[in-house]
Amino acid sequence: MRGVRWLLLKDLQILRRSPLQAVLLVAYPILIAVLVGFAISRGPEKPRVAFLNEVPTGTRITVGGAQLPAANVKGRICGRVECVFVADRAEAEDKVRSGDALAALILPADLVNKINSLSTLTPGVPEVEVLVNEENAVKAELVDDRITSLLAQANLAVARRIGAEGGRYLDLIVNGGEFKALGGSFHILGLRTSAKILEAVTPALPKSLQPPLREVTNFAAQARDNLDVAKPLIARLAQPIAVDKVVVGGESPPLEIFAIAVAATFTLAFVVVLLVAGSLALEREENAFPRLTRGLVSSGGLLGEKMLLGVAVGLVVTLLMLFGMQFFVPLELSRIGLWLVAILFSGAALGAAGAALGAAAREVRAVSLLAFMVTLPIAFLSLVPSGAVSPAVFDAIRYATALFPFKPALQAITAALDETGPGIGGPLVHLAILAFAYAAIARLALRRFTAV
Amino acid sequence: MRADNVVKRFGSREALRGVSFEAAAGDRVAVIGPNGAGKTTLLSILAGISRPDEGEVSSTNGEVGWVPQQAALYRRLTVEENLLLFARLEGHEDPRGSAEEMLELTGLRERRGEIVARLSGGNQQRINIAIGLLSRPAVLLLDEPSVGLDPRQRSRLWEFVSALADRGTTVIFSTHDIQEAERYGGRLLVLADGEALFDGPPEELRAAVRREAPEAADRDFETAFVAYLHHRGH
Repeated sequence: MRGVRWLLLKDLQILRRSPLQAVLLVAYPILIAVLVGFAISRGPEKPRVAFLNEVPTGTRITVGGAQLPAANVKGRICGRVECVFVADRAEAEDKVRSGDALAALILPADLVNKINSLSTLTPGVPEVEVLVNEENAVKAELVDDRITSLLAQANLAVARRIGAEGGRYLDLIVNGGEFKALGGSFHILGLRTSAKILEAVTPALPKSLQPPLREVTNFAAQARDNLDVAKPLIARLAQPIAVDKVVVGGESPPLEIFAIAVAATFTLAFVVVLLVAGSLALEREENAFPRLTRGLVSSGGLLGEKMLLGVAVGLVVTLLMLFGMQFFVPLELSRIGLWLVAILFSGAALGAAGAALGAAAREVRAVSLLAFMVTLPIAFLSLVPSGAVSPAVFDAIRYATALFPFKPALQAITAALDETGPGIGGPLVHLAILAFAYAAIARLALRRFTAV
Repeated sequence: MRADNVVKRFGSREALRGVSFEAAAGDRVAVIGPNGAGKTTLLSILAGISRPDEGEVSSTNGEVGWVPQQAALYRRLTVEENLLLFARLEGHEDPRGSAEEMLELTGLRERRGEIVARLSGGNQQRINIAIGLLSRPAVLLLDEPSVGLDPRQRSRLWEFVSALADRGTTVIFSTHDIQEAERYGGRLLVLADGEALFDGPPEELRAAVRREAPEAADRDFETAFVAYLHHRGH
């Protein structure tokens, strides 16, 4: 234990002597972490879309001779995309061709007339025009998704309004009332009132006329009842399939908390793995390893010292990062105890993995490269969600990432930050198992090198 | 220090084939031989870094200090920090006093605050040896200590090592430089293909050459040594 203390002091002295390397060791993973966190937390950017509305001002959609209230199409579209208003089609084309706008949406002058024709005997096909510049596949996919979604929403809004108007007309037919159209107001009797009048006058009529009149009365009653049932059906026509979202597993934390957890885990993983692997390799690069393990310190003590160094530095850097993040996203400081537990367990497992890597190579440069080559892909694979790849590939990714401490560290840190998320116990047990396994591998690797 | 019938194998290759020898206090033993003869393997076993597959090594007179061929120290620490670190790891009661003593011994007191990486190879080797001496060993093992040193640095190194032996430290060193072995080794242990071919003072090796390869007897020591090896089938 005495030796471990002096070796730890020596490693910190060496770190202090190499300020550039120390700064890079801390700054580089934080930079990667912030970029990854930023990319994850940031919602999709509102694409810039050139917008040309050629529909004459004041033109309204009419159903059955009645005008529907204005649907504020412009407001709905421009809420979903960043509208760049253009004066004509040529300007719209220019904007798309130059890349200033991702696409152009043109509402032609006859759009409303064609929508109005849908309720006539000669229905037209209402169309909007979309101009795109598919210079790359990602852009093409983005435009398709956004425009399709936008039009689906527009169709849904129009259908809802038509459905609502249809429902109002049905109500008038069933119950009667005032109908305003073509600048005038008409009184509609309604089936219910018609049936009452017929029932009232039937006994006064000759007996020969009563049976057919009763048939008319019965029909009016049936029509009234069935049209009452049809009203909700018309309302459903606008959105026949409703969404009922049921979360069956994988309680997900809020996006910004997850992004901070990803950034913190990236930082911790790179600092700890690189520092432990590098400092262990340095002992061999400086030829000090055999001298140290000749009775001055045991190989287990040396491994413990390197892991302690990694965990201590990783803890400080990760805590500083989390406190820095506190300025942007408020974190539950009352859970700091759990933060410490998560960081310590994660640091120990990552440190053990770093020690196993460090024991496998002689040179600091080779070890640093190896640490990057292993940590970076594992970290990115750990972020692949289920459903993003085929089930077989996802299973392979799940097993591969379970063998390295990044994913359980991410789960533990997420659980520590998010009070509504899943428990921290499972990831901590996983990390403890990995810490012991990698420490054992590191000891074996060191023994192999010692036995020259 | 005593080695009895030491055998070391790497896979199917035998690096040492039953090597035995003894060294008493104040002895200066030079281990010489061609590349791959087993010099470093023998010193590693004597130092306790590697274990023999057969045979035994014992030291009846306390600590064994080991100075590896390549300086085993931290190049980003200063001279003094290196000495202090290893004195503390050795468990010295007064590590600062021990470091001072070694600074005096190596003549590097004036350069105590310099980063080791900025020192010459010779000075780095002096610190390397000083670290090996921190445990105040009765036996000092040096693996090719003069490699990479210029003649002046070599001369200072051997003065230093000879002074240690004069004070009673057993010094066992390996070298490729036959002239150096003849000059500074009181005894020569000749290894070839893991086998100990000769163990005795340089004059006896000369006599053996005269007996076994008379055509090279009057040549320089290195030529005579090569002829001897050739005559013994190596």
